[in-house]
This record gives sequence, C-alpha cells and structure tokens, in this order.
Amino acid sequence: MITYIIRRVLYAIPILIGVNLLTFILFFVVNTPDDMARLHLGMKRVTPEAIEKWKADHGYNIPVAWNASAKGVDKITETIFFKKSISLFAFDFGFADDGRNIGADIRERMWPSLAIALPSLIVGLFVNITVAMLIAFFRATYIDTWGIIVAVGMMSVSSLFYIIGGQFVLSKLFRLVPISGYDGGLNAIKFLILPVLVGLVGGIGSGTRWYRSIFLEEIGKDYVRTARAKGLSELTVLFRHVLRNALVPILTGVVVVIPLLFMGSLVTESFFSIPGLGSYTIDAINSQDFSIVRVMVFLGSVLYIFGLILTDISYTWVDPRVRL
Amino acid sequence: MYRSFARLGLIFLFLNACSNTPLNNPYPAGEGEKDVLYSSFSARPKHLDPAQSYSSNEIIFTGQIYEPPFQYHYLKRPYTLIPLTTTEVPHPVYLNAQGEVLSEEDTLEAVAWSVYEIRIVPGIQYQPHPAFAVDPGGKPRYLNLSQEALSQIDTLSDFKETGSRELIAEDYVYQIKRLGHPKIHSPIFGFMSEYIVGLHELSQTLQSAVSEKTGFLDLRDFPLEGAEVVDRYTYRIKVKGKYPQFVYWLAMPFFAPVPYEADQFYAQAGLVEKNITLDWFPVGTGPYMLTVNNPNRQMVLEKNPHFHRETYPREGAPGDEAAGLLADAGKPLPFIDKVIFSLEKESLPVWNKFLQGYYDSSGISSDSFDQAVRVTGNGDAALSDEMAKQGIRLLTSAAASTYYMAFNMLDAVVGGSSESARKIRQAIAIAIDQEEFIGIFQNGRGIAMQGPLPPGIFGYLEGESGINPYVYDVVNGQARRKTIQEARRLLTEAGYPEGRDALTGKPLVIHFDTAGSGPEVKAQFDWMRKQFEKLQIQLVVRNTDYNRFQDKMLKGTAQMFQWGWNADYPDPENFLFLLYGPNAKAGKNGENASNYANPRFDTLFEAMKNMENGPERQEIINEMTEVFRYDAPWVSGFHPKQFGLYHAWYENIKPNLMANNTLKYTKVDPLLRTKNRADWNKPRVWPLIVIAGLLFVGTLPAIMTYRKKEREN
Repeated sequence: MITYIIRRVLYAIPILIGVNLLTFILFFVVNTPDDMARLHLGMKRVTPEAIEKWKADHGYNIPVAWNASAKGVDKITETIFFKKSISLFAFDFGFADDGRNIGADIRERMWPSLAIALPSLIVGLFVNITVAMLIAFFRATYIDTWGIIVAVGMMSVSSLFYIIGGQFVLSKLFRLVPISGYDGGLNAIKFLILPVLVGLVGGIGSGTRWYRSIFLEEIGKDYVRTARAKGLSELTVLFRHVLRNALVPILTGVVVVIPLLFMGSLVTESFFSIPGLGSYTIDAINSQDFSIVRVMVFLGSVLYIFGLILTDISYTWVDPRVRL
Repeated sequence: MYRSFARLGLIFLFLNACSNTPLNNPYPAGEGEKDVLYSSFSARPKHLDPAQSYSSNEIIFTGQIYEPPFQYHYLKRPYTLIPLTTTEVPHPVYLNAQGEVLSEEDTLEAVAWSVYEIRIVPGIQYQPHPAFAVDPGGKPRYLNLSQEALSQIDTLSDFKETGSRELIAEDYVYQIKRLGHPKIHSPIFGFMSEYIVGLHELSQTLQSAVSEKTGFLDLRDFPLEGAEVVDRYTYRIKVKGKYPQFVYWLAMPFFAPVPYEADQFYAQAGLVEKNITLDWFPVGTGPYMLTVNNPNRQMVLEKNPHFHRETYPREGAPGDEAAGLLADAGKPLPFIDKVIFSLEKESLPVWNKFLQGYYDSSGISSDSFDQAVRVTGNGDAALSDEMAKQGIRLLTSAAASTYYMAFNMLDAVVGGSSESARKIRQAIAIAIDQEEFIGIFQNGRGIAMQGPLPPGIFGYLEGESGINPYVYDVVNGQARRKTIQEARRLLTEAGYPEGRDALTGKPLVIHFDTAGSGPEVKAQFDWMRKQFEKLQIQLVVRNTDYNRFQDKMLKGTAQMFQWGWNADYPDPENFLFLLYGPNAKAGKNGENASNYANPRFDTLFEAMKNMENGPERQEIINEMTEVFRYDAPWVSGFHPKQFGLYHAWYENIKPNLMANNTLKYTKVDPLLRTKNRADWNKPRVWPLIVIAGLLFVGTLPAIMTYRKKEREN
C-alpha cells in the first residue's frame, strides 16, 4: 500500500503544476497587473507612478510568463508565474495583496467552514441513507413513487431558495434561530442550526435518489434473496446486509469530500455570514487578489487529491477483497 | 433514544420561551442592555492605516479612532470646519518667492507658498497600546521580541501590558512623512506631492533608504521642508502656491497623528507574519479604539479611556433644537460605550435583523423600498405604516455626489466643440428622461442634475436660476423637460434628421460602454435604448468587464459611459475639477472622465479654485455652469438622496455626509431596545409541533404497510 500511496503522490505533482498553470492563465487573461494595482489602490487620484510602485512591491513588475530581456534560465525564473508558483509548492502561501498573511487567515477561517460542513455531512448522510432505505423498503408502492417525485422536486429547486426560505420561516416567522452570524466555541451552535438544516433539506432530494439507486441495485442480488430465504425480517436484511454491501459506492462519494470540508461553501457562508474559506475565496476573486486565489485553488486541488487517495485506502477497509 | 432527544428539545424550547432573551438573538444574552451600538459592514476593510485608507468602509473605523487636526461641525449647515485636536482652524500665511509675507490684497500670482501653522491642545493622550508600554528602566517593553515571546502572541490583546503618552506635534509631522513612504502606497501621495513642499523628494530619499535597510525606518531622521515641528505642540505645513481647499484635507484621517513608537513596534518581523500591523491595529487618540479586529467576522470599537474632553455641540442649524438635537448640548462625548460591527455580505439578513431590532439603523435596498417607504400625495417619501408602528424614523439627505452619463469629448462624432456635435449632445440630453430613470431605478431617491454641483455645495442654485435652460423649460417656476420635438429639431440641425446622417443616409449609432452586469442593469440598458429610440438613434451597449472598461476610459476610446463622483470635501472645486481640461483622464490620468476641454471653462476654473466663497466666486461658478450646460459633455445625471432608517432608541442622528467621526455624538436607549426586541421576537414553537404531528401522520401508512408486509411473511 505504501508503494501505491507514494506513486499516487508522485502522480499528483504534474496535476498540481497543471492546475496552477491553468489558474494562472485564467486569472491573467482577465486581470493585468495594472488592473490589480488600480483596484487595490482605489479609483480616486491614482497616478501611474503609484501603480508602478505597487507592482514593484508586490512582484508584478516583471513579465508574466516569459522574460525575454533576461538571460539563460532567468527567462523562465524571472517571471511572475515562476516566482509565485515556486513558493506555493513549498506551502509558503505568503501575503495577500492587502498585506495580510494568507496562511494565518486560512488557519483562522477553516474552522468555521468545518463547523458548518462537518455536521451538514454527518446529519445529511444519516438522513439521506435512512430516507433512501425507507423508500427502497417500500419500493414499487405509492410511497416509493411519491418519494421520488418529491426528491426530484427538491433537487430542482435552487439552493438559494432553501437559504432564503429557511431564513424567512425559521428566523423571521418562527423566530427560533438567528438569521445569520457566527460566534466562537459553543456559542456557534445557535448560528449553525439553520445553515445545517438548510444544507440538509437542500441535499435530501439528490442524496435520497442516489442512495436509493445504490440500495435497489444491492437488493436485487443473490445474497439478499438468501438472507430473506433464511427468514430474516426485511429491516434486518436492509440494515445489516444491504447497507454493509452498499458502503463501497457510498464511501466513494463521502470520503473524497471529507478533506474538502475545510474549503467551505461559497453561497452558504455568504448568506449566513460564516467567516469561512468559501467567503474568503469569493472576496479574493472580487478584489482580484491573485495571491489568495491561487492559494485557494492549489489547496483545493491538494485536498481533492488527498481525498481520492483516502477513498482508495478506505476501499481496503470496507472490502477485504480490494488490494492496493 | 429518539424520545429522550425530543424531550430535551422540548425542554430547551420551553426554557427559552420562558426566558427574556429571544431565541433568534444573535448576540450574547444581556449585552443589548448596555450602551452598545449594533451595526454591520458588507466588505472587509483593506486598510486601517490612516495613510492608506480612503474607502468609506474603512473610514467608518479610522474616523472614530484617528483624530486629524480639524473636523466638521456635526450639526451646522453648510458644512463648517472646527478644531478637533487644535486650538483653532488657522488661516494660511501667504509667502512670495522670496519668502516674504504677502497681504490679502496681493495678487494670486505673487503667492509662492501657503503656510499653515497648527497648534494642538496640550494634554491629549493616546489610547492604551503595547507600543507605549515601558519596562522599569523606561525602555520599550515589547521591542525586539524573542521567538519564545512571539510564540505566545496571536493577536494584539495577547500583549498584557499597555501604556500611553501625550500627543505632540511631531506625531502629525511623522504621519505626513508616512504619506511619502514607498512601502505604504498612500493613495493621495501623488496628489499631495504636487502641493506639500519636498514630499516628492522625501519619497525618493526614503526609497533609497528602504532598499538599504529592512525593518523600522525612523522617519524623524528624514527632514521634510513641507512639514516641520515648531515646538512640542505646534507644527507647520508648507504648501506650494495657494490651495485654500488644503484645509479640508486636514479633516481627513490621512493627516491624523501616528506615533513613531507604533511604527517601530509594528515593524517587527514576527508580528507582520501574524497579521499584527498598523494597517490592522490602529493607534489613535479618538473617542474609540479597536478592541476586536476580525475583519472576517466582527470589528468592535470600545470607548477610549484616555479620550480628551469634548462635548456635544451647543448650537446647530435652524430646526435642530426643535428636533431635539440639542438636548445633550454640553454633555461629554462619546455616549456609547461599545460599537459592534458584524460582517453581513447580503442585504436581506441585514434588513431582517434590523426589523427584529438587532441592528440599530439600516439603509434601504431596492428590494425593501416598498416595504419601508410610501410616497405621499404631494410626492414626498414617508415611512410605511408598518415601520411607523415599530417607532422607526426615516431621515433623508442629499448626498454630495453626482452620477452622470457622459460623452467622451475626444470622440469624432459626439465629442469636440463643433456645432453639430454639441447639438447632438443637447438633443440626447433632452431625450433621456432622467426623472423617469430616478423614479424607476432609484425609487425616487435622487435629484435630476441641473449642473455639475450637487445640493449643499457652495455654488449650487435653487429655484428658477438653477434650472438648465437647454434641457428644461420653466413653467410656473418649475422645471419641465423640453419636448421630444425640440430634441428632434436639434438633431436635424446637427445633420441627423430622423436619426440618419443627412449626407450618407446612414443611421446614427451611439456606443454605450459599461462594465455593468446583472438583471437590473439589463433593465437599465433596455430603458436607455428606448430613450434613444425617441430620436431614432441606435444605441449599442458595449458591455465588458471592469478592467477592460477602465482601460477604455484611460485610453479615451469609449464613446458614452456612466461615471460618478463622491465629494472629498464640500467645495465646488472638488466637482468642477472633473471638467477641467488639464485634468483629462485620457493621456493625463486625471479625473475628467469625459476629457472635456473648454478654454473659457478652464480659465474660469483657475480663477475660481483659489477664491473664498462669496458673490464673486458665485458669479464665476454661474458662468462655468452656463458653459457646461451649453456644451453638455454630461448629458444626464442625478444627485442621489440617501434614505436611512433608525430605531426609536437610536438618538442624536443627523446625517452628516462630510464628517467621518459622527459615532461619538449618537446615543442609544438600551432599555427601550431590550423591551422592543423581546416584544418583537417572541418565539413561535407551535409550528414545530404541527410539523412533527404532520410527519407522524404521514408515516402512519408506511408503518401500517410495513406491519402488513411482516404479517404476510
């Protein structure tokens, strides 16, 4: 397994270089260093000298990807791309364009993201699997039909609707939870109830459908017939046998997202004023802060690759037949 | 297990229903009963360094912490400068090239320098701050921090000891030098270096010094001719030529004092890496100090225990006394102990929290306008019944801003001073129904532009004399937009009958450059096209991203565009310079976005800009306005009206669009707030019980089916 992991880590390096390159190209196609300087310095009374000075201070006064005036290897190394990328691979995230330490900001903001994402995942998983199991149990009945209709309907509604609707109903109409905000420690709980609930309701449609199809596939297999022939009750068959065998595809979807929980949710964090990494990324895009954007994209890729490796490893735990 | 959870939940809800704190209260219980003000911010501030911060979302903080020498009177109108940390607002002394003092009668050309001698009030103390903490030997307590000491520090409050010291003239001079520091990137450096003697040269000297030395650079070692210490409490600023508006800049945080100790403290490398910098943790003498600085969530200002004595104004504008605005006259400031700003990125939660009493004031977004405001029979805006029932007050004020639609005067078709181009512009100015635009897209919150100056700025004319005769007729003393036939006549005279070139027959096509996007902006474009269709002119909207749009503006390749300007200070020069030829955006990087250049206008501007307000200045402004209206480089525009909603418990509110430090004058009635919050936010638990019941009833058939199946097996 160790060899496998090492191999996967080595595969990750060209992927990360590619992601970094793509981010760089996409960002600099729409933003020139002059645009970044102008946006940062403000719209009023900005002189060309101030723009040049800002670029020099932030390392944007050299060519973007190819330094024709340099000699030898400096043609590549004396460029914005090289200088900004090399530190990234050393996990030295540096400073944002407004002077704040990106690493410190990430360390601070990943916890609120996790505080909202982790309960959403666990509660969502529990509810979705339970509902899907029940629908599978009542397959080919009116409960199954209506369950699927409702699930498809719920899938079709924008997440924004659930957020605004949840805020309106639970906070404004029923006055049970704060509309938005965040606090540290245990005080965070009252702020997390609504976003977690909204995340749960918003994901129940697609989750239920996905798990139902997995369960139905398993229910048709021979071992289920054998279990029933043994005289086991339907609930025992479902929860003891079908669920265990359905874990492999469930894990595929779940383990891969675990590392990404740190990255936060762009829309939810914005509407509920959760100071997580999702809103950090959105802010950076809006303010054309390339330093933060590239770090967040890089971090997202690293975590995704880590999630995939973790998924592969988890296969070996749930299915002894799998060898890496 | 499920039953236990359900029981626990019910007990929790019951206990909360019995307590006085509403369940949806986003703040700690009991906090609202104190002298605390609750506000929000939508974008995290980028800079809190007074040399850098320029945006309104930054000045809301720096304005309360830093104290420049002067401030605007809170109540008086027109806006009046008064001392803040100084004994008086000084009159400049004018010197000729030989350094001799000139009299008032001497001509403007003779003035080589203006000298402002500013005397601060002794005894003003800085807020408590670790930069001032000293050990028993009198040496700075927190300089040259070891790695071990740094490992214990995550934020400024981790420094256990603080100190303070008296404000001295040196601190003001130090800050002026900081404007030229190459690493600070002050947005006004370029502009100020044209005025403050030696600032540009100082910046070059500092550039070499910075490249030779890392870490703290003691600016006291670098002399600046334009800013000198006279004695412990007096300093002198020397400005090139005559620039009477300079005194307004001295009411902005750019010119607030910064103690060298703070600069030295924050320059330590270990602190920068922890985001502990002067840019994020200000050190001031103002009524408040920043005690929680988490721009990702919450910013908290608390009363500065060392704040010098300042009292609520004893006089105001007519009507202020009747409005109760002088009830606290002479009382010491500030009234509020703590101000909590919470980050809210979306307008909907802010609005709902305001209605629930969790924010003390609110603006009105377009989505909420109909809920908050109704238009009375005579066209005035009044509070809706729902709001009035909650005791909310509506205060409106005309902003010192102008949003306008303009032509690029460098354009071959619509620009320049030719008769044809001018008539096209005048025709379009008539066709664009600005009143309709304000009604549809601004909910009536604006005043149609009659000239470049907004209301409240010297030179703005009310009544008939203030009406633009090229766009409006005066009917019964009121402005009435000229008919579309008049606009068509002008277009025909310009050589474009029915919107077509009389010589070639080709349709007249105008390109509107914009960076706007979204459904509301699309509706505005559709409306714009309709305005041009009245003249059978084709309007082509060239929508692009913001960077490309800026690029077009800088190169002068846009044809028609929208732009805006918020006043830096209440002087007509700050608006009329937007039309001054040498200040063109294209090629000169100035603020004259339409690249308008009229020699007569420029001559008048040069005469007007250095004059004191008075009849002579008014006359020149009138003539400039006439030239502007005739040339019509800005075809249409409006001055926005600001609508603010305030709860009954939030008092001493008078919109002051120039002052940055108004929080110290306001106060809250926490008891009324607590009572109203409790009344307005009683939780409704019964819907949850109904939902639970419905879910149970809904699952009954499933349970029955299951049992039936089990029996069959």
